[in-house]
Amino acid sequence: MSSASVSRLPGATRLPDLSRVPAVDEVGVNERVARFQSRSIKAKAKIEGLKLTLSMIDLTTLEGQDTPGKVQQLCQKAIHLHDSMPGLPHVAAVCVYPTMVSVAKDALEGHDINIASVATAFPSGMSSLDIKLNDTRIAVDAGANEIDMVISRGAFLAGDYQLVFDEIVAVKEACGDAHLKVILETGELGTLDRVRRASVLAMHAGADFIKTSTGKIHPAATMQVTLTMLQAITDFYYETGRMVGMKPAGGISSAKLALHYLVMLQETLGNAWMTPEWFRFGASSLANDVLMQLKKQETGVYQSPDYFSKD
Amino acid sequence: MSRLSVAKTYKIYIGGKFPRTESGRYFPLHDSKDHVIANICRGSRKDFRNAVVAARKAQPGWAGASAYLRGQIIYRIAEMLEGRREQFIAELKQQGSTASAAEKEVDASIDRLIYYAGWSDKYQQVFSAVNPVSSSHFNFSVLEPTGVVGIIAPDDTSLLGLVSNLAPCIVGGNTCVVLASESKPLSAISFAEVLHSSDVPAGVVNILTGYREELTGQFASHMDVNAVVYCDGSRKVATAIQTAAADNIKRVVSRVNTDWGKDAAQDPYLIKQTQEVKTTWHPIGS
Repeated sequence: MSSASVSRLPGATRLPDLSRVPAVDEVGVNERVARFQSRSIKAKAKIEGLKLTLSMIDLTTLEGQDTPGKVQQLCQKAIHLHDSMPGLPHVAAVCVYPTMVSVAKDALEGHDINIASVATAFPSGMSSLDIKLNDTRIAVDAGANEIDMVISRGAFLAGDYQLVFDEIVAVKEACGDAHLKVILETGELGTLDRVRRASVLAMHAGADFIKTSTGKIHPAATMQVTLTMLQAITDFYYETGRMVGMKPAGGISSAKLALHYLVMLQETLGNAWMTPEWFRFGASSLANDVLMQLKKQETGVYQSPDYFSKD
Repeated sequence: MSRLSVAKTYKIYIGGKFPRTESGRYFPLHDSKDHVIANICRGSRKDFRNAVVAARKAQPGWAGASAYLRGQIIYRIAEMLEGRREQFIAELKQQGSTASAAEKEVDASIDRLIYYAGWSDKYQQVFSAVNPVSSSHFNFSVLEPTGVVGIIAPDDTSLLGLVSNLAPCIVGGNTCVVLASESKPLSAISFAEVLHSSDVPAGVVNILTGYREELTGQFASHMDVNAVVYCDGSRKVATAIQTAAADNIKRVVSRVNTDWGKDAAQDPYLIKQTQEVKTTWHPIGS
């Protein structure tokens, strides 16, 4: 399907001139990232940071081997992070494939946890627009209130920005009330300049969130890529007045790294973004590490995964 | 013109790498004439934590290696140690041993490795059993490694004591974090180099240097350590270790007052001390 046949949303913005997107100073990004990692976060601030991290997690399972049982287990984990520690927040959402949305919906009945579903021929995005839109509608109809779509990296790398833009606009329309997170799959974009351009494109096309990775490609989320995207969000906010959320995903499995990301978020976008409404971690094994760190803070003793339910 | 000597930097051994302590702390080691021999890493609880993570990661793979391969690798450690015999003798002498005592200790260490290498494919047969039961079951018990073992090595026999506790632990498929002798830490770090060149997979053995008083409590309390072995200390220290170990019901092994130089100090029962017995009831026809 050619880009010309995509219906344009009324009021949707046009593809911006990507040649005007500023270049990224890679050395500067590396140095700034290194500084975020040298911050010392101790005691009470650490505990608050860890709890905030928990509340921002999109607990994720995106495997070909996912079964209803696995998704139900994941949902149980989302509801009962670690019941012996009262006062913990719950995670922001569970993230599953479209066919598993109804299972998650039943399992999360009565709980204030969102259901995110990947769509648009995840993870490669190599399909026709019709199929991608149907994929999206199936997930939304089944009860997903957040959609994680992938961009067509092939088209983006070939320079067909209009097609990528139009696809996002069309998927956004298909989402209805559901929030749209746009996965750039930065590991396949190659350079920070392209990451920045893709971020600008996605935000102008109507993304509610921009997300680094599917988790299927290495490298997945890195602090360098995330910082580049956060800076794009800052500039977009000054330009348009619209806040866009950020979701690094893939490879963030330690509490310490999550705290580094929060430092970066705070020092780039500020407190307004320090909520699950505007920042998420896409992760499958981060929650237990955070829980173990919280328990360590409480007891003074290093913990073992043996004493935490599987995530 | 005389050349400047190149002094060795003694670092810790975690996950197959030789990092400095994350804490950046050091303590000077003196010889008998009060000259500084080296600055030794004063390992921290975070180094210990990192070492446990490395040991845990390596454990399933090491336990899954065949007994034959584990034996071969431990034999290889002995070969490598033999090749660096002179260096180890010199180091022991530097730390106060007489020449004859140093030679004896290094030779005994090599022999001890050979001893346990030989046990690798034999202890299972000796300690496993088919049990008589009065029902229609085939009932048998086999040994499985306890998991990650914390070893607080003897302070006095710094090489032989280390080897004598390490070998029975790893031959049984455990991985370990070892706290080296505090007063004579050089041999342990040089031994880490021997391990490193002996096909021992990264993380199977991790060696820290530092203060016992600071780290013993961490060895005993860490929830992801399955057993703790200690060789020195007063009743008070033993009580503290056993109390802290109770939190996750660690296996606690006391080897206090052992003369590691004696042949009696090598024993397959030392292997068994860091093993768990798994008993299986298999239904059979009457």
